[in-house]
Order: sequence, then structure tokens, then C-alpha cells
Amino acid sequence: MATGDFVAHSAHAHAAPQSFIRKWVFSLDHKVIGLQYYFLALTAVFVGMFLSLLMRIHLIWPNVSLPLFGEMKPETYLSLLTMHGTIMVFFVLTTAPQGGFGNYFLPIQIGAADMAFPVLNMLSFWITFVAFMVLLAAFVVTGGPPLHGWTGYAPLSALPSAGPGQGPGADLWITSIALFCIGALLSALNFITTTLDMRVKGMSMMRMPLTCWAWFITAILGLLAFGVLFAAGILLLLDRNVGTSFFVPLVIVNGQITAHRGGSPLLWQHLFWFFGHPEVYIAILPAMGLCSQLVSVFSRKPIFGYKAMVYAMLSIGILGFMVWGHHMFMSGISPYTAFAMSVMTMAIGVPSAIKTFNWLGTLWHGKIRFTPPMLFAIGFVSLFVSGGISGPFLAQPVLDIYLHESYFVIAHFHLIMGVASIFGIFAATYYWFPKMFGRMMNESLARWHFWFTFIGTYTIFMPMHYYGMAAGLRRYSQSTEVAYIHNLLPLQKFITYAAFVTIAGQFIFLFNLFWSMRHGERASDNPWEATTLEWTTTTPPPHDNFAGHTPVVYHGPYEYSVPGAPRDYVMQTDPAKIATVA
Amino acid sequence: MGLILLIVLWLITFASTYFFIAKTWWLPPGASASANVIDHHFAVTYILMGIVFVAAQLILGFFAWKYRDRGSREAARYMHGNNALEIGWTILTAILFIGLNLMSSSIWASERFRAAQPGALQVEVTGMQFAWYFRYTGLDGKFGPTKPELIDPSAGGESAIGLDTSDPASKDDVVTGTMYLPVNREVEVILKAHDVIHSFFVPAMRFKQDAVPGLAIHMHFTPIATGDYEIACAELCGMGHYKMHGMLKVVSPEEFDKWLAAREAEKQ
Repeated sequence: MATGDFVAHSAHAHAAPQSFIRKWVFSLDHKVIGLQYYFLALTAVFVGMFLSLLMRIHLIWPNVSLPLFGEMKPETYLSLLTMHGTIMVFFVLTTAPQGGFGNYFLPIQIGAADMAFPVLNMLSFWITFVAFMVLLAAFVVTGGPPLHGWTGYAPLSALPSAGPGQGPGADLWITSIALFCIGALLSALNFITTTLDMRVKGMSMMRMPLTCWAWFITAILGLLAFGVLFAAGILLLLDRNVGTSFFVPLVIVNGQITAHRGGSPLLWQHLFWFFGHPEVYIAILPAMGLCSQLVSVFSRKPIFGYKAMVYAMLSIGILGFMVWGHHMFMSGISPYTAFAMSVMTMAIGVPSAIKTFNWLGTLWHGKIRFTPPMLFAIGFVSLFVSGGISGPFLAQPVLDIYLHESYFVIAHFHLIMGVASIFGIFAATYYWFPKMFGRMMNESLARWHFWFTFIGTYTIFMPMHYYGMAAGLRRYSQSTEVAYIHNLLPLQKFITYAAFVTIAGQFIFLFNLFWSMRHGERASDNPWEATTLEWTTTTPPPHDNFAGHTPVVYHGPYEYSVPGAPRDYVMQTDPAKIATVA
Repeated sequence: MGLILLIVLWLITFASTYFFIAKTWWLPPGASASANVIDHHFAVTYILMGIVFVAAQLILGFFAWKYRDRGSREAARYMHGNNALEIGWTILTAILFIGLNLMSSSIWASERFRAAQPGALQVEVTGMQFAWYFRYTGLDGKFGPTKPELIDPSAGGESAIGLDTSDPASKDDVVTGTMYLPVNREVEVILKAHDVIHSFFVPAMRFKQDAVPGLAIHMHFTPIATGDYEIACAELCGMGHYKMHGMLKVVSPEEFDKWLAAREAEKQ
């Protein structure tokens, strides 16, 4: 166990910076870097959401003229879905929960003064920032962004002649992802080292808040997954620009035989999904950790089955690397491989179910306070169940024959990986905003935001299941050409209307966020009466987090309603004996 | 607030479940030999997962209402969990999920482990941006050779797939843009792609398989009802993906033979 006095003190050797540039731009402070990641993700999520809005409009009114894009061509629609997916998966779901909140709160929750490698931390952010700029640059090059989807399947992604957007736009897309991988790898190293080496005295692994466990496991997944994607991206760049043939066999495009020979399109899929499936857990694990935390705090009860929660997350992490083939059941892989992958995939449903049971178990006989973060945590559990329940359909190759590439898949992963994770981000924002900015967010606006988003999410994504059940296919820019898909247009219309309302609701959040920074009610140091270390320090925390003092931990993170204790919560730093005082 | 949550959660649950039970939007009627068993397994999965879904959401809503803070002095229950429960629900979900999977494994085996029966009708299906071509062996039962350098997609037909017409085996090969199949006879499809990945999807046949450049993928299904069925491309293949569709016409064996003979005659 790391008893971190020495480490903690040497790590914040960098003094509080004075200049604007060192304080807010090239900062070494994990809290500032956390905010930088957060605002990068906030920008990205609104860009990504705007793109999805344009797609939704185009799907039901294909001939309408749109802002910035005019009357949308089929290839424009495809480039929008590529950018929407890439922005959301990488720059929102990977960036905000881990880079944003993880950076800000991991060191504080374990009692450290900063991350283990502050310079590396700064580099990770700025590389990620450059990656985002490179991605956006695809909008302004000839041909626009690539149309191969966020999964970038070769040979489509490898052949500049395979369609508009497959030229410079595709090179920028790959470069952006490769850069993102570097940033994510550096960040993963930092998180792992920080968690292992920088915990204060008394903060054993099994006393860490589940948020820290989630960030730690996410970082391990990132370390193993992003390296593979990086390699795949480099190979793809070589195929495109140097004439190698890793992913492309002999193909004929537009009547021309290309120079490629002997490559394997399936190799790309293996490499991509070896990253891509763990990526799902990279997006959702931090939300799981956070919601465990919130359900406990606001039920005023210890988390039900702390150890089971830790083991469940660990087994999700391990199994997460053995299931990538379920994205490839119809790709031409061996049906025996498909079967093995499908068994592992069904197995990963078990720890996910355990987590759900434990969340329900925590609510059971609790004393629930419906604060905004708690509303979003409950919303998360509901969405996690709804998105999770479609997993066992898709995990069985027999059913995937029919459902693969349908809207059923879209509904599944948007609910569980997209919106559930975003509910985690919202919950984290409402929960930690007071600590980060010293003020409370407006509660009634937060409630309105919750109802808009929660009901809106279901009205958007439930109908997508029905659309998929009727074999409606994803990545179709228009439904006019296939008769049975055209018959489903009323469903698409309903979904688009629901999206209008839900997206409008997000401006309540945006307004609340910026309004509350200046006008919110002043927050105390521990407004939620929570137990973990970030609530023991001042609001907002000083540069070295604990003002020169190193906390010592005596309790687990979820000691609520302890019989005989003077209050209904016992801080992790409270003296060891307090719980037994009658 | 607890009550509102309960009402909203329950309403969402009932509304969502209603449309699944009412089958307002549903699979098209199955028209292949395996459609029945696949649909049956769909139903089993639906019922089991539906129960889990409804139970979990209703309990979540109920707990939110039941255990809301009523401002009473009574504290929440101090407990850290229950090992027996943890072990219990771990085993139960493992049995449910893995069991479901094993139940469907025999269907998967008959769809994908076993090869087509001898005597199955062979049809080569070639996908290219943005059309499907179907090739029949003709009377000799052999496909003639194709050559990449002969491929000319703009010319359509035999030229689109690069058929080497100088080879004797090619003489009676029939290449069409619409797929004809005789009813109640197994078809062995050989899936190929020229440029990028496409996916051959016939919803009514409960059949889908990617066509991958560089591979010739052998699959099989048996149509059991005559009629016209839509074929859609189910893998993003470029700007024309949405219009890469085709028709499958399942006809009686006599009609099929007549149709094939007419195509042969056209070639001469």
C-alpha cells in the first residue's frame, strides 16, 4: 500500500503559477486540465449533437435546404454520421468522464496534491485538443469529411477513390484518431501510476471510492486498447499513402484495378474492435463508478456490495477484451469463433446485472434525496437496464443475423454507451459543480433539464428498436429506395420530432452551467453531506488540494447512517473511533 | 418527486412494452426454412428479457417512491450488502444468459457450421458499388472463370463481374440483376465483392452475410414461400449505399426452369 506522504509532497513541487498562460492555458494543475478536458468535451458534444440534428432533419425532409450544408447529398449525410460518431465516442464519451472529472477528482479523492506526472498530463490534453482540431479540419478540405462511418471499415476507408470524402478528409480523420490515441495512452499511464502510488495514508485500495476504481480500471483498458487502435491507424495511413496492402486485397474501384494485393479487410475489423469493444467500457465505467457513488450518497446508505462492485468492474474489464468478435458475426469470420465470442459476450452480461442489482440494493431501505445528481443517477440506472437488455439479443449470432446493422443496434448502443454515459456526465456536473466553481447550480432548472432529457431519450431511442425490428437499416441517407424501409417513415418522423424537443432541453443545461458560475448560490465545502476527501477541502480546492496538509483516511468511502454516529455520515478522515461513540 | 419518478418510469415501461407486444412494427413474415426456429428463439429471448426489463424498471420506480426521504427521524438502514444475495443473483443471471445462448447454438450450427446439402442450387452473388449481380452455372453445373482485368461495372451483366466469355465453362453462365430462386430447394450462395464490403440482407429469409473483397463466402438458405422479397445492402459501402437494393423472386421449380432456359436462349 502506498502511504503517500513523501510522494504527495514531491509531486506538487510545482508552485502555483502566476501568469495567465501557465495558469489557464499550459497549466500543470490537474484541476485546470480537468476543466480544459471538460470544456473541450462540452464543445464537442454540442458540435456532435448539431450534426445529429442535421441528420435527423435530412432523414425525414431529404430535400430541405439546411444551414451550412444546403440541400444535403447522400455523401454529406454519411460524412455527418462519421463525424457525429467520431466526435461523440472519442471527444465526448472518452474525454469528459475520464479526462475531465477523472483528472479533477482522482487526485483529490485519494488525497494527492496532483497527478503523478503533471507535464504528461498537460501534454495529454493538448494532444487531444490538436486531435480535435485536426478532425474538424476535415470539414474544410476538398471532398469534406470521410463517409466510412466512425468504424472506418477497410477497404472503403483505405481507398481514396472509393467516394467523396475518402481523400484528404479520410487522412485527417485517421491522423486525428492516431493523435487521440497518443493522448489517451499518456493519460492512462498517468491515471494508473497516480492510483497505485499517490494514495494517502489509510487510503487502501479497498477504501477507494468506486469512482477511483472506475477511473483506474478505465485507464488500464485505455492502455491496452488505444495502442492497438494507434497501430491500426498507422497501417491504414500506410495503405492509403505508401501503397502497402494490410487491409486491401485486389479490388476494382470505378472499373480500375488498384495496385493493392493480398490484404485482409477483416484484419482492420479485428484491430478496430479489439479497441472498439473495450472502448464501450471506457465510456461507461466512469459513469458506473459515479452512479454507485451518488446512489449511496443520496440514499444515505453504504453502497450495497462494495466488493462485488469492484469485482464486477474488474471482470467487465477483463471480459471486455474477449468479446470483440460479436461486432463481426456477419463479417465472414469463422462461425466457431463467432460462437465462442458470443458465449463470452453473454458472460459479460453477468457483472453488468450484478451492478444493477447492487444499485437497487442500495436504494432499498434508503432515505432518498432527489437532488439533481441523484435524479440523473437514477436515470442512468434506468437507461443502463434498457440499453443493457437489448445486449443479449445482439450477442446471440442467430438473432444478430437479422438485427445486425439495423436500428436495433443504434438504439442499443446509444442508450447504453451514449446516453447512459452522458447521464453520468450530467450527474457528475451537477454533483461536483459546487466543488469546482464554488456555487450551486440552479435546482429547478436542473430538474426541468432532467425531465426533458430522460423522457426525451426514451422517446427517441425506444422507437429505434421498433424500426430495427422491422429491419430498418442504419447509415441509409434516404429511405426512398427500399420499399419496406420507406414504409417505416412515420417512425423516423416521430424520432426526429422527439429529437427536436430533447435537444432544445439541452440549452437549459448550458444556460444553467454558465449562469450558475456567476450567479449560483454560494456552496459550502460539503453541500451534499458526502464522505469522500474532496468534501474535506475548501471550495474550490487550493492549488495543492489540501492547503499543505495531508489528509489521513480512517474509514471506507460510504459510511452513511452509521448507528451511534453523531451525524448520518462519517467522513473518510473522521477519527477512527467516532463510529462507536454512543 | 419520488412519486413522479415512479409514474414516469412505469409509464415508459408500459408504453415501450406495449409496442413490442402489439407487434406494431415487427419482422416481416418469414419465408425460409429456418425463419420459424429463429423467430421462435426471438420470442423466447423477448419474453425472458422483457420480464427482466419490466421487473427492473418497476422496482426502480417503486423504490424511488417507497424509500424517498420523508423527513422522518428514522435513519436509512446501515448495511453493506449480502453475500448470499450476491452469489445468488450472479448464478441466476449466469444461467439465464449463458443458457439462452446455448439454446440458440443448435440453430446457429445448422445455419453456419454445416455446409449446403449436395444438390443445392448454386448462385454466386457479387456486390459492387452500388448493385448486386447474380450468377447461375447453367446446365454444366460449373461457373466459368472471371478475370479482374475484364471487369467493367458500367457495362453491366457479364462484363460487370468480368466473366471470361472465351472459356467453355462460361458459355452457359447466366448473370442477372434480379435473383430468381425455386421454392423449397436449398440455395448455396457464394458471396463476393469487388470493391468494398457489402452485406447481402434478405429480411424475409432471415438471412444476412457480408460480401468481402478477396473472400468467397459460402452460405445457404431455403426459401419456402413464393413471392417477391426485397434485398438490401446492410454494410456501409459508400454514397449510394441506401439505393443498393435488389429483388429476390421465389417461384415454382417449373417457372424457375422456364426462366433459366429463357435466359440461356437469350445468350445464344
